[in-house]
Amino acid sequence: MNILELENLSVEVEGKRILEDINLHLPEKSTMLFFGPNGSGKTTLLLTIAGMPGYNITSGSITLNGVDITSLDVDERARLGIGTGFQLPPEITGVKLRDMIKICAGGRPGDDLTKEERNLIKRFKLDDFINRDINLGFSGGEKKRAEMLQMMALKPKLLLLDEPDSGVDVESLKLIGRELQKYLKASGASAFIITHHGDILEHLDSKYACVLMDGRIWCRGNPREIYDTILARGYRECAECHVRHPMED
Amino acid sequence: MMGDKEKKRVSSLTDLPHEILEAAYKSGIEASEDKRSATYMYIDHSLVLSKVNEHFAGRLELLDTKDALDKYSWLQDYLWDIIEPDKDEVTKSVFEEFGGGYFIRIMAGARVEFPLQSCLMISGKKVKQKVHNIVIAEEGSEARIITGCSMHTKAERGEHLGVSEFFIKKDAKLNYTMIHNWSEQMKVRPRSATRLEENATFISNYILLSPVKDLQMYPMVYCEGVNAKTELNSIVYARGESRVDIGSGVVFNAAGCRGEIVSRVMAKENSNVKARAIIRGNASPAKGHLECKGLLLDDTSVIHAIPELVGARKDVDLSHEAAVGKIAEKEITYLMSRGLSRDDATSVIVRGFLDVDILGLPPNLQQEISSMVDKMDLGL
Repeated sequence: MNILELENLSVEVEGKRILEDINLHLPEKSTMLFFGPNGSGKTTLLLTIAGMPGYNITSGSITLNGVDITSLDVDERARLGIGTGFQLPPEITGVKLRDMIKICAGGRPGDDLTKEERNLIKRFKLDDFINRDINLGFSGGEKKRAEMLQMMALKPKLLLLDEPDSGVDVESLKLIGRELQKYLKASGASAFIITHHGDILEHLDSKYACVLMDGRIWCRGNPREIYDTILARGYRECAECHVRHPMED
Repeated sequence: MMGDKEKKRVSSLTDLPHEILEAAYKSGIEASEDKRSATYMYIDHSLVLSKVNEHFAGRLELLDTKDALDKYSWLQDYLWDIIEPDKDEVTKSVFEEFGGGYFIRIMAGARVEFPLQSCLMISGKKVKQKVHNIVIAEEGSEARIITGCSMHTKAERGEHLGVSEFFIKKDAKLNYTMIHNWSEQMKVRPRSATRLEENATFISNYILLSPVKDLQMYPMVYCEGVNAKTELNSIVYARGESRVDIGSGVVFNAAGCRGEIVSRVMAKENSNVKARAIIRGNASPAKGHLECKGLLLDDTSVIHAIPELVGARKDVDLSHEAAVGKIAEKEITYLMSRGLSRDDATSVIVRGFLDVDILGLPPNLQQEISSMVDKMDLGL
């Protein structure tokens, strides 16, 4: 059973074609990493799956757990089990981190935090941030920890994480990686993670990776092998390799 | 009902007629009195309730300004000390004749831990109220005061002219929250000024959530002593054809001063809001920041943000940010990505916009704010 299936997915943003005929199946209880140079369409792909407005699907379909979600709004997809950790989450005046945790947990802003939620906050070292406006004045690492904390409260079946490791210090990276892996293992959820770095791989149990360039998938394989290749020979090798070994879906 | 000619001192808030009590509630007054230090209620031009002095013997004194002027000859030196009587028609009118007001004196070194509540209320129809308030926070004192200015529901039309002068002495701290709940037929003209001495702190919170016919105010804070600090926060929700012209001003006249002005304005239903602010740096070093956020909830209203910075010394550090518009789409979709519907996401953002961390607001006022937001036709 696949948690996520993308069939012939093409996407435009502001009239410009960004993604071209993407086909991808993510088996349940699995983690897939997405590599690709800047501007290759990774974030567009992730936010299209999330259902964010502005990402216009011109053809193809998105299926979550066997349900076609192609025409569903972002909130409907969230309620079906998609959790999105943003690369650049917005600041919202007067909406506290604690409110966000309650909202993710299905409660209302201002509700009391449960013991479990308090433990979670402690584990993410965000005790001093719970009564602050979400993301306002947070450092890059604090934003990423706050995003992951919200994911843990949301308890999604599929996590879509846009660079959870960028701008994050070594200790925070370890924290985020370990908490994520712990959650995935305990819940049986799947994850779709965009990254530019291999460091997060050390903490994740992942068998799948893709390389996205110019809005198309050029390579699939083992995350460590792909990352090492990119590190050694750059993304150009992915293109050349693609020519040598045409990819099967 | 308590009319002009039935002025009397009442022994407890619960002795007051229900309508007056309810209006008081809306302005942040708790009936139980158990969570407040003391209660002082002012209806029309007379004192009706004063339990403060026995509660705070030796720490705080509260009198009608007229009584205080009779009692203390030195108070004449404070009257009209930081506001010019001929500043405008309002001050001229109050200078010629005023019907009282409150005099609050926080004794040197005293700590008033809980908010002291004082309430100005207008009862009876077509009342013209003229008051002169004087607040003196003596050296090293620390106090929090909540003032609710409220209309009795029977008073459909009225005019409030109020002059307030605040004196924050050396090392003193005053946190002053004012919650206005006027009627839609009310014309309101407060004239306020504050003088800060060395190392003094003044925090002012102004909240206006109900419609008002016409409100115009521009309280000024003068930092005259070195290292004086001030924060001026205001939350205005203008609706029902409200006309609001509200400003806050800070003047640095001594070295080491800091000031911050934050205003949040929401407008709808053919309302018009001018949100002004000015920081003047006449001495250095000094640091000032002002922030004005305006949220338009429909296409019939206007928010005009007018932030001004005036630096007259090279070592002043003054900055501002101002934004007027509708709710940012990315904030709505962010909340929607957490499972909220568009309407719920909008409501959370609006409620957040109205939320401030103001100490000591009674729960019923918090609820009032929440239910008001819940009932709002957001018109987005």
